[in-house]
Amino acid sequence: MSDIAKPPRQIQMGVIGPILALVILVAMGAAMNPNFLGWDNITNVLARSAFIGIIAVGMTFVITAGGLDLSVGSMAAFVAGLMILVMNKALPTMGVGVPVVLLGMAVALGAGLVAGLVNGLLITRLGIEAFIVTLGSMGIYRSLVTWLADGGTLSLDFGLRTFYQPVYYGGLFGISWPIIVFAVVVVLGEILMRSTAFGRHCAAIGSNDQVARYSSVRVARVRLLTYVMLGVLVGVATIMYVPRLGSASSATGLLWELEAIAAVIIGGTVLKGGFGRVWGTVIGVLILTLIGNILNLTDFVSPYLNGAIQGAIIVLAVVLQRESKPGH
Amino acid sequence: MTTPVLALSGVSRSFGPIEVLHGVDITLHPGRVHALIGENGAGKSTTMKILAGYQPASSGVILLDGQPVTLSSMGDAEARGISMIHQEFNLAEQLTVEQNIFLGRELKRGPFLDKPAMQATTRDLLARLDCHAAPDRVVSSLSNSDKQMVEIAKALLRDTRVLVMDEPTAVLTQTETAVLMAQVRVLRDQGTAVLFTSHKLDEVKAIADDLTIMRDGAVVWTGPASDLDEHQMAEAMVGREVSDLYPPKSTTVGEVVLQVSGLSVPGFAEDISFTLRKGEILGIAGLIGSGRTETFEGLAGLRPAKGAVRIKGRPVTIRHPWQALDHGLCYLTEDRKTRGLLLQKGMRDNLTLQALHKFSQVFLNKSAEDAALDQAIADFDIRGSRSVIVGNLSGGNQQKLLFAKTMLSDPDIIVIDEPTRGIDIGTKQQMYGFIRRLAEQGRAIVVISSEMQEVIGLSDRVLVMRRGRIAGELTGDAASEDAIVRLAMGVGQAATPDKEFV
Ligand SMILES: Nc1ncnc2c1ncn2[C@@H]1O[C@H](COP(=O)(O)OP(=O)(O)OP(=O)(O)O)[C@@H](O)[C@H]1O
Ligand SMILES: [Mg+2]
Repeated sequence: MSDIAKPPRQIQMGVIGPILALVILVAMGAAMNPNFLGWDNITNVLARSAFIGIIAVGMTFVITAGGLDLSVGSMAAFVAGLMILVMNKALPTMGVGVPVVLLGMAVALGAGLVAGLVNGLLITRLGIEAFIVTLGSMGIYRSLVTWLADGGTLSLDFGLRTFYQPVYYGGLFGISWPIIVFAVVVVLGEILMRSTAFGRHCAAIGSNDQVARYSSVRVARVRLLTYVMLGVLVGVATIMYVPRLGSASSATGLLWELEAIAAVIIGGTVLKGGFGRVWGTVIGVLILTLIGNILNLTDFVSPYLNGAIQGAIIVLAVVLQRESKPGH
Repeated sequence: MTTPVLALSGVSRSFGPIEVLHGVDITLHPGRVHALIGENGAGKSTTMKILAGYQPASSGVILLDGQPVTLSSMGDAEARGISMIHQEFNLAEQLTVEQNIFLGRELKRGPFLDKPAMQATTRDLLARLDCHAAPDRVVSSLSNSDKQMVEIAKALLRDTRVLVMDEPTAVLTQTETAVLMAQVRVLRDQGTAVLFTSHKLDEVKAIADDLTIMRDGAVVWTGPASDLDEHQMAEAMVGREVSDLYPPKSTTVGEVVLQVSGLSVPGFAEDISFTLRKGEILGIAGLIGSGRTETFEGLAGLRPAKGAVRIKGRPVTIRHPWQALDHGLCYLTEDRKTRGLLLQKGMRDNLTLQALHKFSQVFLNKSAEDAALDQAIADFDIRGSRSVIVGNLSGGNQQKLLFAKTMLSDPDIIVIDEPTRGIDIGTKQQMYGFIRRLAEQGRAIVVISSEMQEVIGLSDRVLVMRRGRIAGELTGDAASEDAIVRLAMGVGQAATPDKEFV
């Protein structure tokens, strides 16, 4: 049997496009600066990609199932603030050590889970548009962290911070923890999307939720789970992020939601839902990080133009996506 | 005969490496109705789309008034007086009736829209079609038949020399079909050339002047429609003898598996009570809009409903479709395009969607899924490339796939809404045989159908619905077309005590 549904050239473009863009960026980077392909720079790029990347993997599922979450950036800030607050409070009784860090991690995961659950329940139970719900919660979390920090910055106790720092800077075999965690999340995400009923259900709901409903899929539950999963992943990202700076303020995680969504779309997931690919999202994240990285390493183009170039790439990705749509 | 207005000569069409039309010739004359018939996937829709400029031909010529033309787009074709009504609705669901009819050719007064004029014209056009949808109704709120009328009104608005209609009557009731046919005759008498397809051969016989029969992408017969009777048409289409459309009825039915009492679906149905036995096929007849679909959607947890339901003697609560499936009850929708199938996905993903749990332990077993697809293709005789997205399958093959998908989840109680809408006669026969075999295997089946012959031919027992209530029950020879119509229209005496008489 032959492929007649998929016009070979166009689908190829959808698959190859992001990879090609990444390869070109890497080649450009290598040509412009010899340090670009150095171990330090590569691990730096990967570690920086990890926060957005972990969140973007969750976002891939939300978008594939036809949803959207604008609140992840504020959610990360709020979770970070809460985590720092709780750890500082527990410090006098628990002292610097593994237990207090574990407590902080539990708080982050729990808070992420609850935040995702709230978004998901509002969307699935009350049937409010995901855009509206998460626009609302985006404002709420952002203002909550500002309130927690009393308008300033919440800082982790200095001693504790030094103790916790290896979670960002340390690692295994010279690979830092954020990269390892990112890789694990990606592999699990890819398997979940590709090879499980959950992934298939997400795609079905995103392409036509009525059909999914008539096919006895538990539409509300699957949708809810995508938001919960995203919330938990925001918690995971925050666990990696807090030891880096040791503080949280109203500026933490600013615009992360847009970067995560952009990475998902660049990677070839369809914004309207129905089709998603986790590996594509990884490429999307790398592309976005690399643009910033290359601009920093060369004085060819002003780094202030970072946003403009990222924007252009996002638009380009969507144009390619449209061309690879079947039918027209 | 007059000079042909539009013709195809030696037209072929390929999708990728697969050729689906092989040198098709067809000739349309002004003032004549031309019917194009053939099995599912024979290439009728593709031929029509080429005639109306929706798709280019891969080779061959289109002749307009005897001159070769290239129809670069549907807009181009429309400008030359060729309009097409598609097998699938082509309406902007969120716009009103009037906005749809005038889409792209809005009437203006200065820079502003001339609403009153458009409303008046819309009302006129719909009145000609005996359709009473208000011009400012949103299309998504219309019934299928009203949507079809809006499509037709849209074509009527354009000055049409050639009207191409792909299965226009598939979603219409007999009365609505009669209205449409009357309109077609008016157009014909005004000199319009009409080309249409239908799987209802009695309609073809009744209205067609000329007839073309296709099989596997080629024309196998063409000539005056009066030369063939329905039986000969069916044989020419299918390429074999078609007789005994309906399988013999069952003689033995088992215990009651489904007992519904006082079911009501707010706004659609009231006080529905019936029982269904193992091995039985229960037909549900009634006019479109009598609440048949809504009743069973309510039963299957697809709409809010109240009432007592017992399955195999045990009271059950069904609020969601997945709960229904847990109890072994499954509803197969009449609307395969928007509720039945994921048009952008392939056959495999569609086939296993409802029964995915069977193919997943932790991970999906894709080779088992592929095997299931092989099986379904063989069992249901689904024709089309495996890699094609489902939206590109012919309508009838989509219906077969939908059927296969539902059966894969192995329900005990199956509600099939319009099982053969858009299906060719040979396949119908297969489907009926299949439904009967399911019953013989001990499943309990409800068949909702607007085709009276189908309800009568297939069912062991018939319930007739009218205005959201059960108007009566008919068994055996009492289930005649006449008796059903009387009950459905509210002029008959019910066989069982009835709630309303007129
Ligand atoms: N865009 C497409 N891509 C690939 N194959 C297609 C496409 N459109 C149609 N086909 C194939 O062409 C064949 C003819 O399809 P067509 O829709 O013309 O059949 P049909 O005679 O109208 O059938 P039905 O009675 O079921 O509507 C089918 O095998 C179908 O799968
Ligand atoms: Mg067709």
